Amino acid sequence: MSEISKTVTWQKITQGGTIYESGNADSFITGDWRTSRPEWIVDKCTQCMLCFPVCPDSSIPAKDGKRLDYDFNHCKGCGVCAAVCPFDAIKMVEEINSDK
Amino acid sequence: MIEIRWHGRGGQGAKTASLLLADICFNTGKYVQGFPEYGPERMGAPLTAYNRISDEPIKVHCNIYEPDYVAVVDETLIDVQNVCKGLKEDGGLIVNSRKSPDDIRKKIPFFKGRIYTIDAMTISLDCMGKYFPNTPMLSAVVKTTGLMDEESFVRDMEKLYSKKFASNPKVIEGNMKALKRALKEVKGLE
Amino acid sequence: MIKDRLSGNEALAVAMRQIEPDVVAAYPITPSTEVPQYFSSFVSDGKVRTEFIPVESEHSAMSACVGASSAGARTMTATSANGLAYMWEVLYIAASSRLPIVMGVANRALSGPININCDHSDAYGARDSGWIQLYCENNQEVYDSALQAVKIAEHDMVKTPVMVCYDGFITSHAVENIELLEDEEVKNYVGKYCPKHHLLDSENPIAVGPLDVPAYYFEHKRNQAEGLKNAKKVIKDTGMAFLELTGRKYGFLEEYMTEDADICIVAMGSTAGTAKYVADMLRQKGIKAGVVKVRMFRPFPAEEIAYVLSRFKSVAVLDRAESFSDCGGALFLDVTSALYVHGKKVKVLNYIYGLGGRDVTTDDLEYVFNELCELKEGKEKTVLNYLGVRGEDNNAI
Repeated sequence: MSEISKTVTWQKITQGGTIYESGNADSFITGDWRTSRPEWIVDKCTQCMLCFPVCPDSSIPAKDGKRLDYDFNHCKGCGVCAAVCPFDAIKMVEEINSDK
Repeated sequence: MIEIRWHGRGGQGAKTASLLLADICFNTGKYVQGFPEYGPERMGAPLTAYNRISDEPIKVHCNIYEPDYVAVVDETLIDVQNVCKGLKEDGGLIVNSRKSPDDIRKKIPFFKGRIYTIDAMTISLDCMGKYFPNTPMLSAVVKTTGLMDEESFVRDMEKLYSKKFASNPKVIEGNMKALKRALKEVKGLE
Repeated sequence: MIKDRLSGNEALAVAMRQIEPDVVAAYPITPSTEVPQYFSSFVSDGKVRTEFIPVESEHSAMSACVGASSAGARTMTATSANGLAYMWEVLYIAASSRLPIVMGVANRALSGPININCDHSDAYGARDSGWIQLYCENNQEVYDSALQAVKIAEHDMVKTPVMVCYDGFITSHAVENIELLEDEEVKNYVGKYCPKHHLLDSENPIAVGPLDVPAYYFEHKRNQAEGLKNAKKVIKDTGMAFLELTGRKYGFLEEYMTEDADICIVAMGSTAGTAKYVADMLRQKGIKAGVVKVRMFRPFPAEEIAYVLSRFKSVAVLDRAESFSDCGGALFLDVTSALYVHGKKVKVLNYIYGLGGRDVTTDDLEYVFNELCELKEGKEKTVLNYLGVRGEDNNAI
């Protein structure tokens, strides 16, 4: 009843497209939309936490007041985090040239 | 089944009269229809309303083209349209007029059926102080068609008016006076 | 049981009072204006606890209904003609969101030229919107169908909105005898509406009306079509249960004098009643005339109608709207395709009639039956005809 995937049949798809699970954007992988990626330079990072709230895709996980490395399943490479970083601790690199 | 066509002018209450007639015939256990012919209504424009009254459920839903009775609420309409159109030869024409049935017949010599008149204007002004031709016309229609006996008609109307004008007993009184007087003043019965 | 005399609009308003939906959102338009008018006075008089939302347009009326129904409210409204047209895009949203809204449609000609009187062009235009459409012959059927519509729309197998269509003025404004159920009986009949999922259920949050990309849209439409398909069984069952309750029979079609009929008129709405009256008249002359009234236009009872009509020698399908197809009215096309698909060969004529409130007289329908007699006897007839319009050769008037 609540299954939505590209293989779902009309019998199993939800009536009217209603979405019955909250927070299911998490299972929708959008990382492959990215053409450039942010690189977190840990040595330069002061954990000032300016980047974490500006990410439109909530792709900078944070724990105990400190940011962690990117959630590349959902980061679309918009570069907002790099733009706000006062310490040059985030560098945007072409996805195609990245070594990841 | 008895079919009645009403001719009136917008604002005179021909539509209301047809709905009232449907109401009181319903109370006698009949199957009824009451409906106006709708257009862009204006005060004073000629309008038509209809009644069907039957002992059987009524299936037909078109206008009435060959009525048993025609009730004319405004006698000037006789000069503007053929109010007798399709009216059955053995049917009756009921006109709100001071004139006698014979005077009306002079205007429509081609109609061979019965003609009745009722002076709804005088009755209405005398009893209610205002011109509401509906109540006397309704009496005349009941009297001429014999759709129900007069006693139950008077009783039903009293009930109906008491409900409709509960806050204004004077209106009830005036209407009932006009109703009873009109039953006695229909011309052309003999 | 209460015996009363009401107009079609009054009958619908009384049904709505007894159903007491959670929300009614409406905008007035002739000839359905009286429905929200009467209903809003029930609200002001404290006779219902319904939330009445007076809106600024029909687009907003249906949008408010969609919002209310999504939130889990039992929702009703009414409209006509251009008002229905103004709801257009939201009609599709209501249907595809599987919201069981019930709407009275007092059928009126769509402009232009502007006209306030009856024909079926408004509801015909919405026939592909995914709503169930029931057509009523008289005020009794308006009342009964409104009650049934709630049960049908809300049924778990259906979850589809329903239009209860009735002829503007002819039915909406004519006072006729009617039998009503007691308030309690109606409350018990329609029951409490308990949707499984709704927007105000904070324990189980949902999102409605999301963007549907090509990978899913088609599956959703196919799923929606199944709701309409399932509606057939539910409409049948609902009719049976209603028969138990009231003694009045409702199905997809109503057959009148068809058992031994040679010729038959197929019609919807009040004209079906006039056709029955004419059939009675012709029976006295020894003409075996019958009438098939189509009550359920969407979904269309193709198999059933093909089976019923296959018994007649000639059939006339009456359409109270010009569909501008140059190949017949919408009902005619559905009937003939049903006959073809189910392998039934019957001589069928089409008559477009009654546009913009043109009265359909007993003479008109007697003329159609006479044409059917001649067709039956082998005389050639034009298939596509207009009935009651000045300037046509084959005209009753």
